[in-house]
Amino acid sequence: MSTRRTTPRPAFLVIPGSVALAFLIIPLLALLWQAPWGDLASIISSPLALDALRLSLVTSLTATAFAAVVGVPLAWLLARDVFPATRLVRAIVIVPLLLPPVVSGVMLLSAFGRRGFVGQYLYSIFGIQLPFTTAGVVLAEAFVAMPFLIITLEGAFRTLDRRYEDAAITLGASSWTVFRRVTIPLIAPSLLAGAVLCWARALGEFGATITFAGNLPGVTQTMPLAVYSALESDRSAAIALSVLLLAVCVGVLVALRGYYLKGSSA
Amino acid sequence: MRLGRVGAIWLAAVTTVAVSVIGTEPGAAATAAPVGTITVSAASSLTDVFPVIAAAFEKRFPGTTVRFNFGGSSALVEQVNAGAPVDVLATASEPTMWKAVNAGHAGRPLLFAKNTMAIAMPPGNSAGVTSLSDLSRTDVITAACAVAVPCGSAARDLFARNGVTVRPVTFELDVRGVLGKVMADEVDAGIVYVTDVRAAGSAVTSVAIPADRNVTTTYPIAAVISSANPVTAKAFVAYVRYSRSAQGILRAYGFARPW
Amino acid sequence: MTITFDASVTRGSFTLSVATEFEPGTVVAVLGPNGSGKSTLLRAIAGLQPVSAGSVGIDSVVVDDASHVFMPPQGRAIGLVPQDYALFPHLSVRDNVAFGPRSRGAGRRAASQLADATLVRLGISDLSNRRPSEISGGQAQRVALARALATNPAILLLDEPLAALDVETRDAVRAELDIHLTSFAGCAIFVTHDPLDALLLADRVLVLEEGRIVQDGTPVDLAHQPATTYVAALMGVTLLRGSAEGGLMSVDGGGGLHIADATVVGRVQCVVRPESVTLHRQQPEGSARNTWQGIVRSLQPSHDRVRVLVDGEPSIVAVVTPAAVAELGLVTGTPVWLSMKAVDLAVYRSPAH
Repeated sequence: MSTRRTTPRPAFLVIPGSVALAFLIIPLLALLWQAPWGDLASIISSPLALDALRLSLVTSLTATAFAAVVGVPLAWLLARDVFPATRLVRAIVIVPLLLPPVVSGVMLLSAFGRRGFVGQYLYSIFGIQLPFTTAGVVLAEAFVAMPFLIITLEGAFRTLDRRYEDAAITLGASSWTVFRRVTIPLIAPSLLAGAVLCWARALGEFGATITFAGNLPGVTQTMPLAVYSALESDRSAAIALSVLLLAVCVGVLVALRGYYLKGSSA
Repeated sequence: MRLGRVGAIWLAAVTTVAVSVIGTEPGAAATAAPVGTITVSAASSLTDVFPVIAAAFEKRFPGTTVRFNFGGSSALVEQVNAGAPVDVLATASEPTMWKAVNAGHAGRPLLFAKNTMAIAMPPGNSAGVTSLSDLSRTDVITAACAVAVPCGSAARDLFARNGVTVRPVTFELDVRGVLGKVMADEVDAGIVYVTDVRAAGSAVTSVAIPADRNVTTTYPIAAVISSANPVTAKAFVAYVRYSRSAQGILRAYGFARPW
Repeated sequence: MTITFDASVTRGSFTLSVATEFEPGTVVAVLGPNGSGKSTLLRAIAGLQPVSAGSVGIDSVVVDDASHVFMPPQGRAIGLVPQDYALFPHLSVRDNVAFGPRSRGAGRRAASQLADATLVRLGISDLSNRRPSEISGGQAQRVALARALATNPAILLLDEPLAALDVETRDAVRAELDIHLTSFAGCAIFVTHDPLDALLLADRVLVLEEGRIVQDGTPVDLAHQPATTYVAALMGVTLLRGSAEGGLMSVDGGGGLHIADATVVGRVQCVVRPESVTLHRQQPEGSARNTWQGIVRSLQPSHDRVRVLVDGEPSIVAVVTPAAVAELGLVTGTPVWLSMKAVDLAVYRSPAH
């Protein structure tokens, strides 16, 4: 005789779990409830909103690409313990994750500002000034978001079965070929997961951006800054912009859900 | 703390004034003395002066504590309208205050100070800014407030009044953001209040703008309708507007009389 | 190409220390328990693991001298079949096999043609468009072999080539691997923990224990004169150590046995094949010169026989039929008599260590 088995649902997990879910879902519903649905189309299609959206997408994607190009190699080096003090290096990598973003902005000013540690030479020799430029936004976003990508990929590189790379090496592949044709394809799901996390963080970046790059429509005013600026004058516009940003995020996550879930569970 | 004779007379005067101005029932006011904690949301440009006034207030009315929430005026109004637990609202312009009053969240405002604009530069003034018209030079990097906040609309009016075209590289969300960018030497000039220049001391240099070409902003203060401590809130509003010591402190920080 | 290996590899507290040569045209099995250093030896030959001391030579060329010289794996003309095969999961079977030629500079088309030819040679051309996840374990082994052979290596290294397979397919795949290994002209070295693989596939077996070679010989040598208890256990026989004098061997740990050859004197080892031991419930009467008592410790079914471990002086393994187990009423703890003819004992001098 067989009894029907069901997953146990203990109250001490169900109740706090439901609180967590409600806590996450109520602000979402409240935003949608307050959204000025009648004016939504006109607010979203205003030049200010479109500029901010375009700028946000361009900068967050550029920051993610930059983070991938330099962050993936760093993750690999971390995973292979090539540094004399891997733990220390990893701690440094995680710092922007823990810092208030405004502090990251202040640090970036100290480094890349016009009078900054590095910035003064960029300015005096090349005439490059990063604050108040779109490049400055990318820099701020990359600084804050890159740790997500690096940490995700370090885990992937560590758990990667070394036999694949060993096999490729013995077949005569150069280390570049091994990395490009074996390592990267094998960690592709994690790379995508890390890139999505990094991108989402870059898209939402506010504090470091306004501190380091300022707030100029069309140049440095990304969606979060536009939302906050709109909050100063027109609350319904701020909500409309928030709805737009939410829609973009949800759209991307839904489109990538297969890969993303695979990557995060691997 | 001992209340001197002058203080006692003054206390009576303030209470009376507060009652008459704000229109509370006289009987209730006569028995209630200011006590307990209030939270004051105040414009960024009041960041330096208000704590000094609050200390004087707390000394006058032992048992009171004043806490602050500084920010861009519009954001403060937004918070109050969204039901933030605030007792007093002080903004850097009348239009922003009216948004709270018209929404039924702030009581009748009193104008308590006036401010004018100045150009702040990093020490050394490497860009050589000597007048407003220098800000229209393409090699001069300028910061200003966003138009949505009082210091931004004042800057816009200032440029219009003087017929200069300035393209700021950033529209900060409060005046302290502009001052911060100037002090960090990331911009060559910023449009701030004269009081900010005075407060920054040697951290910035400045160029004064002649009175006939300058713009003025007036500061209203009002008790928040939903205040949990209306007696102390109204007393603070009256104290800032009417007390000699509060007005003296405002003068010392560079604020002008609005009447 | 001859491989000259005289080196040690230290990893943490473990040290592999081996001096030997590998001749072309010979299939060598490296046999040993887990952690004995088998895979480390293979990786050191491949160049995946630099040696800590000594040197590795391929023909007359030193490829690793633990200090100045280190030729990376790409330059060593080796083909590796890794444990579990490690086929690239994102590439088709054809692209897996073409990976080597492509990495060594062949054009896309040439590499593809070479891959197809290799797949045909191994009889698996029908798999070429499949992904590794779509083929069986036995097929994966052949693909891995094809991938390794496609670069035309002089040295073929296989790490546990049959361990990933289930019992049913193992025999067939082993027979096929035998053909490929035998026809391979260079040095073929495979690592295994299964003595059957070593005995059936290898011309020569190197037994590693704790990083050292404990025996180096043909499969027949191993079966007849196991050097250690581990090797004897692998071969399914009991190894006894002791001293011999005047036709009597006193066994270390207690007991004495008559041996046929009275001229053997000194430290000796003696192999007892389980089939030569007879079990009785009563003291046996007969011609066997060695009889002693013991207690059944355990019974292990093995194919159509049962291996019986008997504690006594000496302790020994016997093999009986299931019918005999029933007839004698053998269970754990049963007291039994053991008997064995002196001529069935293979006695030889202990190898010097």
